[in-house]
Amino acid sequence: MKTKSILLLSALPFLFASPFAAAQTVDVEVTNLTQGIFFTPLLVSAHDSSTHLFEAGQSATTELQAMAEGGDISGLVTATAALGAVNSENPASGLLAPSTSTQVSDLDTGSNTHLSIVGMLLPTNDGFAGLNGWEIPQDAGTYTIYLNGYDAGTEANNELVNGGAAPGVLGIPANPGGNGGTGASGVTTTETNQTVHIHRGNVGDTDVSGGVSDVDSRIHRWLNPVAKVVVTVK
Amino acid sequence: MNTVINRNTAMRASVAMMALVIVAGCSDSNNDSSDNGTTPVTQTYEITVSNLSSNQPFSPLAVVLHDESYQGWSIGASATIGLEQLSESGDNTPFLAEATDANVLAVASGDGVVAPGTSGSIELDINASSDVQLTVATMLVNTNDAFAGNGGLDLSSLELGDELMIRLPIYDAGTEGNNELAGTIPGPADGGEGFNSDRDDVDVVSRHPGVVSNGDGYIDSVLEQSHRFDSPIAKLVVRRVN
Repeated sequence: MKTKSILLLSALPFLFASPFAAAQTVDVEVTNLTQGIFFTPLLVSAHDSSTHLFEAGQSATTELQAMAEGGDISGLVTATAALGAVNSENPASGLLAPSTSTQVSDLDTGSNTHLSIVGMLLPTNDGFAGLNGWEIPQDAGTYTIYLNGYDAGTEANNELVNGGAAPGVLGIPANPGGNGGTGASGVTTTETNQTVHIHRGNVGDTDVSGGVSDVDSRIHRWLNPVAKVVVTVK
Repeated sequence: MNTVINRNTAMRASVAMMALVIVAGCSDSNNDSSDNGTTPVTQTYEITVSNLSSNQPFSPLAVVLHDESYQGWSIGASATIGLEQLSESGDNTPFLAEATDANVLAVASGDGVVAPGTSGSIELDINASSDVQLTVATMLVNTNDAFAGNGGLDLSSLELGDELMIRLPIYDAGTEGNNELAGTIPGPADGGEGFNSDRDDVDVVSRHPGVVSNGDGYIDSVLEQSHRFDSPIAKLVVRRVN
């Protein structure tokens, strides 16, 4: 075993030095690890090293904003496809419920070298689960990645479930679990950090017909990571 | 069906860690067993869990050494009765009995509560085996049904004297709603009920959303601010000592 390890280590510089990125075929399994948060239709995108669906500390693009506020990935699909990305759209055929998984099978990445994944967190105003430009390994094998919950920074987290899905419309589009409240006054009307950042989580409350939030503090919070991704490089 | 156990990934991580150990100068590849061409009859592992929480004592550790056929829990699947009892009351006896029934390599219980800021250690012997995985679980006793743990950590490539460290996340057994009400939490925050066979929650295992507490506006909660936690909540160190 030790001999094998040394060989493995010594082979690494040659792998990294290889100027040619071979086309890869990958399976991507995404598991929603949370107890009470749904993911909107996921975008799984294989793209080049310079493409980013989002970057922490940078302002969200309008395409990312549409995904994060309303679950609409069409803009990101168009924008990344124009840059040569290979995309898998909506592998779960709808919402990915809490504690469930979905699989993208045999995604041929072509000349693309990096993998990104995004999907909105419901119920939130503009939260999303995100993987930003993970370099796809050259070696066949199974790799596990954990994703954090991000805040797009484009909408105040008022936590009112009012159908507000369109970019710039304040509010949460839906609470798919139907296990929250209504008639709240709103947590806040401002967004302090208007760049993409780690989501602070929902505040919520336990008042089903008022309070500050329409989401339930006992159900709709989360701790990072929110998702587990298993990539199988074939 | 998803699975918590992923042998390939764990193996990869272990191999990478071993490579680092070797480069760091511990390259004396000979030990007694390889000198005489035999493998040791027993393998001994020292398992240490450190409680990194503010105010969540850990129930006595449940430790299982097993092969790839055993799984203590899985995200999205219902908790076993044993896991439910461990997560709601801190009693690991049924959980370990289920493991024993599954013909695992070895089971052990910690000898007491692991308080915040302290560690608990257990040593386990098994007959020499090339397929060794570790599952650890312990209740956060000031919660309804939270447990810290790790399922199926691959120890197969851990050689004598090697150690590996991971941090533990918090799971929710999904068997009891996180209502945080007086009378429902067995730890010192409440002294309430432990196990109750009713399942009034989602009835699948997931990662835990955290507790709210009365310090954060949930006035009916018996928990206060010190009982809140974030992930990770524990450090797990495994050392092979024989």
